Amino acid sequence: MCEDCGCEEGNKKIYFDSLENSVENASQKTIKIETDILDKNNHIAHHNSHWLQDRNIATLNIMSSPGSGKTYLLEKTLDKLGHLKKIAVLIGDQQTDNDAKRLILKEGKVKQINTVSSCHLDASMIQKELGSFVDGSENMLIIENVGNLVCPAAFKLGEKIKIALLSTTEGEDKPLKYPVLFHSADVIIITKTDLIPYLDWDLNKAYEYIKKINPNALIIPVSAKTGDGMTRWYDYLMNEV
Amino acid sequence: MHELSLAQTLVESVTALAKKENATKVSSITISVGALSGVSKDSLEFCFPMATKDTFLASTKIIINEIPLTTVCSECEATTYPNNYYILCQNCQSTNVRITGGKEFSLVSMEVE
Ligand SMILES: Nc1nc2c(ncn2[C@@H]2O[C@H](COP(=O)(O)OP(=O)(O)OP(=O)(O)O)[C@@H](O)[C@H]2O)c(=O)[nH]1
Ligand SMILES: [Mg+2]
Ligand SMILES: [Zn+2]
Repeated sequence: MCEDCGCEEGNKKIYFDSLENSVENASQKTIKIETDILDKNNHIAHHNSHWLQDRNIATLNIMSSPGSGKTYLLEKTLDKLGHLKKIAVLIGDQQTDNDAKRLILKEGKVKQINTVSSCHLDASMIQKELGSFVDGSENMLIIENVGNLVCPAAFKLGEKIKIALLSTTEGEDKPLKYPVLFHSADVIIITKTDLIPYLDWDLNKAYEYIKKINPNALIIPVSAKTGDGMTRWYDYLMNEV
Repeated sequence: MHELSLAQTLVESVTALAKKENATKVSSITISVGALSGVSKDSLEFCFPMATKDTFLASTKIIINEIPLTTVCSECEATTYPNNYYILCQNCQSTNVRITGGKEFSLVSMEVE
């Protein structure tokens, strides 16, 4: 049972209901509502989360700007952990299945979701995959969101953990420029640290800015290319999610 | 930039509620947009007329209340409004704060006839 709405878990029916009281005033009246405008998405996300939790599938939503290294990080992650955990990967991009092709030969399974005109994944796109592509036997579902630092922050998918990537080629102050997304993250991975020597990029500054926006985030600096720092990431996935 | 689709979602919700109330017209709606909601007030205001064009809400005004990031400090108990999204008590500079406002994106009320 779903505690928010009392409906059957996994039930796909969405209902719209809100508390309201009316103040009558001639033909004009004010109706007080107080309902979340993203109610419908939140409700589906809530069901997704139940479905996944009931099956002990730890779910991660990975968000970053385009090209920060989400897919590359997943390539390495599947190589390392794919035989230890049963992992399903869903990848959102507006077009192409290029990213899915990069992962298809790895351990685990992968499916591309093309959002076409939408700049983010929403909960209904994930709901469609639960019970079909994600068959319930997995230990982990990793969702790579559409490369975008604005829109994915507003749409819950039903994930347990939000992960934001900040690559060294983007400038240390991205968290200050896009605070909403970086604030929402449980974990912030600083990627492409192998490039630091070639850039005017200050790791301490990046930490300082992240901590201003999100003092409690776990910060993991990695180079997926050289493997530097990746052990911390694998440990996190194995033991802390 | 998802404000157009958010505006369309809003139009659907408001229309459903107004029909339920047997309203013949919705003169205005009031919504709250928090600083941490990921929604831009300006672009929502810009998109709303596009979303309502040729619908039941074509003449509806939108009133947007911006809700600042609001924190309650666990050290000094002060309620303050941090600047620049810094999660920091403005009274004692502690980062040990609870966020009590700024995440909302909600429909608050509507004026109907
Ligand atoms: N030097 C270096 N390059 C990297 C690293 N990680 C990723 N890259 C490169 O960065 C580019 C973009 O990486 P992707 O993994 O495709 O990035 P993405 O975030 O999945 O991109 P989108 O899905 O398009 O948003 C690729 O050319 C990668 O090879 C790294 O650790 N070091
Ligand atoms: Mg990718
Ligand atoms: Zn304080």
